[in-house]
Parts: sequence; C-alpha cells; structure tokens
Amino acid sequence: MVEHANTFNNAIVTLDVALPGVIWGWMITLNMWAKSIATGVILVGGYLIARYGSENLKGIKNIVPVVAFIFLNIFLLFTLLDLHQPQRMINIFLHPHFTSAITVGAWLATVLTGIISYMTYLVVIKKDLSHPYDKLFKAAFILAIPVTLYTAVIMGETSARELWQTPAELIQMALAALLTGAGTLAFFSKNWSKEARKDLSIIIATSAFLAFVMYMGEYFFSWKLAEAEATLAQIHSGGDYFTMFWTGQIIAFIIPLVVALKAAKDGNGALLKLAGTFAIAGLYITKHVWLIIPQLLSLS
Amino acid sequence: MKLGFLVDLDLCMGCKGCEVACKVENNVPLSSWRLRVKYIDQGVYPNTARTFTPLRCNHCEDAPCERICPVSALHYLENGIVNVDKERCIGCAGCMMACPYGAIYMDPVTNTADKCTYCAHRIEGGLMPACVVACPVEANIFGDIEDPLSHISRYITKDKRVQVRKPEKNTKPKHFYVGGAQAQLNPLAAKRVQGYGLFNNITHLKHIGKGH
Repeated sequence: MVEHANTFNNAIVTLDVALPGVIWGWMITLNMWAKSIATGVILVGGYLIARYGSENLKGIKNIVPVVAFIFLNIFLLFTLLDLHQPQRMINIFLHPHFTSAITVGAWLATVLTGIISYMTYLVVIKKDLSHPYDKLFKAAFILAIPVTLYTAVIMGETSARELWQTPAELIQMALAALLTGAGTLAFFSKNWSKEARKDLSIIIATSAFLAFVMYMGEYFFSWKLAEAEATLAQIHSGGDYFTMFWTGQIIAFIIPLVVALKAAKDGNGALLKLAGTFAIAGLYITKHVWLIIPQLLSLS
Repeated sequence: MKLGFLVDLDLCMGCKGCEVACKVENNVPLSSWRLRVKYIDQGVYPNTARTFTPLRCNHCEDAPCERICPVSALHYLENGIVNVDKERCIGCAGCMMACPYGAIYMDPVTNTADKCTYCAHRIEGGLMPACVVACPVEANIFGDIEDPLSHISRYITKDKRVQVRKPEKNTKPKHFYVGGAQAQLNPLAAKRVQGYGLFNNITHLKHIGKGH
C-alpha cells in the first residue's frame, strides 16, 4: 500500500481509525418524504378549497386532515425511532435550544399535528365540518409552510455538508410538498371538477419541472466549495449512487412532468394518478440520494 | 479565560500516547475515539515522509454542533470549552452531521453523542488534559489563549506557521497546529484507500451506535 502511494506520489492515509459511515439514513429520508406528503396535502388542498369551494370537491374536507394525520404520524414516528435515545425526546420541550432548527421544527410540527389530530377527530368521530374546522384549517395551512421548510434549515445548519445550501433546499422542500401533495390528492379527485383535476396536473408538472431544474443546477453548475465539489465529482464519475440519482430524477420529475402535461391536456384522471404515483415514489429516491451523498466524504 | 490547544506537528512522532491516555482517562469505548493520531505517507521513493496528525474536537468559538443541538446537550463552558451533557443528549446525531471536523461520535454504550472536552473534569481540578500529560515530546500545548504570557499564546505569536483546520468554515477553532502540510489538515488532500491500512482494513464503521 505504501508502494502504491509512492508510485503515484499521492498523499495517502496509512493508519487511522474507522470513520463513521452514513449517519442519517433511510429513516430521515422517510421523515422528509412523509412530511412532504402531509404538508403538501394541506397546502394543495387549501388552495383547491379556496379556488373552487369544498362543495365542488367531494370529500376534500375529510381527505385532507385524515391523510395529513396519517403521514404526520409516520413522519413523527420515524423521527422518534431515528433517535438513539427516543425516550429523551421530551427534552426538546423541557430544555429547548432555539438556535437549532431541530427544536423549532419539532415545536411547530407538534402544534400542527395537534391541530390536524383535532380536525381528524372532528371529521371521523364528530362528523362536524362547520365552524371550528374552517378556522383550524387556516391555522394548519399557515403552519404547514414552516413545517415543510424547516428541514432545509436543519440541512443548512449541518455545516459539515457543503452540498446542502439552505436557499436551494428551502425551495426544494416547498416543491416536494407541492409535488407530493398534488400527487396524493390526485387519487381522490375522481369526482372533482375537470378544472380542479387540471390544476392538480399543472401543480405536478410545474413543481416537477422546477425541482428538476434546481437539481440539475446544483448537480452540474453551482458549487465552488471544495467538499461539495468532491461530493459531486464522486457521483459524476459514476461512483456510488450515480444510478440511483438519475433513477430518482427520472421517476420523480421527468415522467410525472410528461404524464401530468398529457393529463392536463386530455383531462385524463388515470394519467393524473399515474403522474402522482411516479412523483410520490420517485421523490423518496431523490431525497434519499441527496441525503446520503454528502455523508460519503471523510471530514477529517 | 479562553482555553486553547496547539499541536506542534514538527515535534509529534506518532507514538499515540495521547490517544491511549485519552481512551483510558475518559473510558472511551471500543471503535470510538475522542482523539486519534492519523498517519499520512507522502512523496516518491526514495523521498518519502510519514507525518502524524493528532485530531480532536476544535472547541470552536462558533461551534456548529452547539448551534444545532436541540437540547443544549452541547454547550459552552465559561472557559471556552464545548462540553457535552450526556444525560441530556437525545441522540439525534445532528452534532455529528454539523461538525466539519468529524470530531463527534455516537457512544455505542450510552447511545449519546460524545467528543473531546479538553478533559474538562481534570481542568476543573487544576490538572492538564490527559493527552498533554502523556505526550513525551511536549507536542501538545494547552493553556489560556487570552493570557499573552501563557505558553500557548507565546507559541501562537512567535510561530508564523500557526494554522487551523478548515478556516473557510468560519467556526473559529480554538485548536491550532504548527508545521502541518496541506495533506495533514485537509482530508480531501490525502487518499483514504478502502481496504488497506497498516494494521487493519476497516475504514468505515457500518453502524452508528446501538440499533442503527
């Protein structure tokens, strides 16, 4: 091995400890993915209700809280499971440190989950969609915005991983929520108006296109920082996660873009669902690759 | 008082005495290190050289680990040490993701984050850190960097080759090096070949703490 180093005149590590591998793995991906669906359903659902009225969107006032409740709980469950000391999660509330986006996000997500839980109770148990529901929906809509965005700030605070830059990640998180929110609602849109379904198609197509453009910008053009360049060089050269990265881009963005545009043109509900399926599945892959690749570099 | 550390890499001979002393003093579990000495070989035969670099927490003035910790388990002491409260840590690993120096590990026994604390418990009792005491060539220099007469301050003032790791991160490390080459302090400047090492072939841990 030393001979190898001498031959190529490279500095080479000849004795060191084993370094940590991937620290944040699939559970964090699942966290981001489930959160995108939960908040996306609230945001896109809120938009559709404001534009078309709930009376023209059969069942939407039931669908939004129930779907958001399920995915918010998946998000919170896997956040908890990923902790090495899950029983100490309570410390976030007892000893909060508000410079941390983890703390701020946990507080916001807890309030949002409380509101959505109560809305689900109103829908499923009380079957009352009148006065408190509408006020709660407005609060949930407002809270869904920071809840979907805060993970980008966490990624920005992890200053060891230069690939993640807060401004880009904020936009990516917002687009992910819109993409998966519209994709999820597509499954319940059978009896909705043609215009509402067209809106869902356009939201999927637009957010897929913009997210793809941003990823391409980050992947090919943006970075001048040494560690970010080294991260991307590893992927560009066909290294680990190269295939996964492009598979994610195609499934999450390219296919939904094409299919959703076709669905918008033809008003075809089946195509809309197909676009939503690809978007939801592909986003998991895309998020996972982007989460893992900065963790492949040695930091010391 | 702000405590700082300086390693004179011209003096370090890679004996790993500091590494062992740290392990013993702080009861650091197997497969984990608060302080380690990295060997790097450079050059073309016959002009080759082996360098030794002790790596530990930099106790940054603007520490990303402290900022991201959701429960203040990582916190500043008045003397500038970035300390860990293992009883409070929830094990989110945010600090491990944030530290640009890879200086924090997940203790596989307690399942909490841990790192070098400059032996804060010894300093409280008026002792020097264990690694400083163990170093046979006094390559580890520890003291108050706000006191212009301290050994470390005079070293920093006198030697123009003083540098820190990754200054571009703006973390303001309070851990300095003298005499280090680029390959020693920049992890991207030296190859880390998977499967080869002097004494073992493990370069990456497959698990981070218990159950993960």
